[in-house]
Amino acid sequence: MAETKYMTINMGPQHPATHGVLRVVLELDGETIVKSTPHIGYLHRGIEKIFENRTYWQGQPLTDRLDYTSGMSNNLAYCLAVEKLLGVEIPKRAQYIRVMLSELQRIAAHLLWVATHALDMGAMTVLFYGFRERENCLKVLETVSGARLMPDYIRFGGLREELPGGFIDMAKSFIEELPGRIDEYETLLTENVIWKGRTKNVGFLSAEDAIAYGVTGPVLRASGVNYDVRKAYPYSSYEEFDFEIPLGTHGDIYDRYLVRLQEMRQSIRIVTQAIERLPEGPIKVDAPQYVPPEKEDVASDMAALIRHFKIMADGIKPPKGEAYASIESSKGELGFYIISDGTERPYRVRIRPPSFLNLGSVSKMIQGALVADVVAAIGSLDIVLGEIDK
Amino acid sequence: MSDNSEFLKILSGKLSGAKIVPTPPGEPSAMVEKDSIHEALDHLKYDRDLSFNMLVDLFAVDYMGEEPRFEIVYILRSTKHNGRIVVKTRTGDEGLDTVSDLWPAANFLEREIYDMFGLPFANHPDLRRIYTPDDFVGHPLRKEFPLEGEDFDKPFVVDLEKE
Repeated sequence: MAETKYMTINMGPQHPATHGVLRVVLELDGETIVKSTPHIGYLHRGIEKIFENRTYWQGQPLTDRLDYTSGMSNNLAYCLAVEKLLGVEIPKRAQYIRVMLSELQRIAAHLLWVATHALDMGAMTVLFYGFRERENCLKVLETVSGARLMPDYIRFGGLREELPGGFIDMAKSFIEELPGRIDEYETLLTENVIWKGRTKNVGFLSAEDAIAYGVTGPVLRASGVNYDVRKAYPYSSYEEFDFEIPLGTHGDIYDRYLVRLQEMRQSIRIVTQAIERLPEGPIKVDAPQYVPPEKEDVASDMAALIRHFKIMADGIKPPKGEAYASIESSKGELGFYIISDGTERPYRVRIRPPSFLNLGSVSKMIQGALVADVVAAIGSLDIVLGEIDK
Repeated sequence: MSDNSEFLKILSGKLSGAKIVPTPPGEPSAMVEKDSIHEALDHLKYDRDLSFNMLVDLFAVDYMGEEPRFEIVYILRSTKHNGRIVVKTRTGDEGLDTVSDLWPAANFLEREIYDMFGLPFANHPDLRRIYTPDDFVGHPLRKEFPLEGEDFDKPFVVDLEKE
């Protein structure tokens, strides 16, 4: 038998379709992929190590830097884990605002995905439409937190501050406008022959494989597995909201696209319900040893000033223990496992990044596919390298 | 959510080495001897009344000064009965058996532990560093690994004549 020689091609780390700095080494037989090896770590900042050497408060802004397309969700996951350690129950109003903001963040992240993935597939128009709506969504989030991408607004014990005036109206007008816009994307893509040709039966992942690879989020649900942390282990009052989990049937890229569009529509439902039923009340838990006082009190009350400095300089000391809290971020199950040794610094913070495990399945997905499908498959996972590399 | 302690009872019936350690306020977890961890996870995955078919997370914790030093934590989930379970084991520098034959997801996760803690996994198909470069010295998440290098606060001077 003649010796077969495969060609090795380096894809990335500067390839625009890898959405960051991901390098995939492809071994090719002609144009068919025989073997693929993803190389990651170009963005590694050692966030888990930094966590161990900072107080719980100082760890908070680090979470924004994980998946920089959904900062609110990251804040929420970290806060839930810390609150589990502290054993505090958050007021209803804060829980509803958290739900509202993380759903808006999901919409922003999915819009970014639709826009950029369509661009990867050669449909440039969708990019401009998608980014227009995403910008509106980020503006809504910006009025709350003051930042487009790094909100640091959801804090353990509640929220940083009360919602600004006019936020509800802004959110409402965005939410009312969005369904029509999603319809517009659908007219551009859903029945588009080229789009279907590039995405149908490409990047196939069966339900069994998806589960075995630990894939979560829209990619898992596109394979037909009904697993959504919001339903399976409800957090932050999600059990009080009425929404559905969209599922795919084929597990290909086209289904992932459909699932994400449906998820945006469901998120709109959730935000609408949260606005309608937003309860009155405090936004911070009544636990003076963990939660800093209001800014106005710090300026006028001596005791509050002392408490503020005590919490900010010394940090808080959760009781000894371990807590795992996970949420459904736009990419999948984002989990924080925090081990406290009773001091002001966490002993260990483990971040379970959904993109990291989703990326693990990419070699399986593109086995035997063509080079052009690699771009489609990687894009369809909606990976964010900031989260993978930590 | 199903009651985890029920699953732990079934598991400890099948294994002699497993003991249940409650870790309030965390998840109920089972501490399993290192030598029987693969067998225990095999049971957890394939036994019909357990069937934890999804490896949610796998990571290590460095308890420096204790013996054995490292704790390996497996978080498992079942898509059938929606249960979640935490299984732990302890190991020293010698590492332990891979579970990537049970869940391919463990491939990346074990490489991460190998990179960050320096624990080798026997029979792992592709045990390389995952985040840091291949020629990196040390394992960052070990407690003795310094946060800053020795020259961290020194000014960075470019020697033009050298170049």
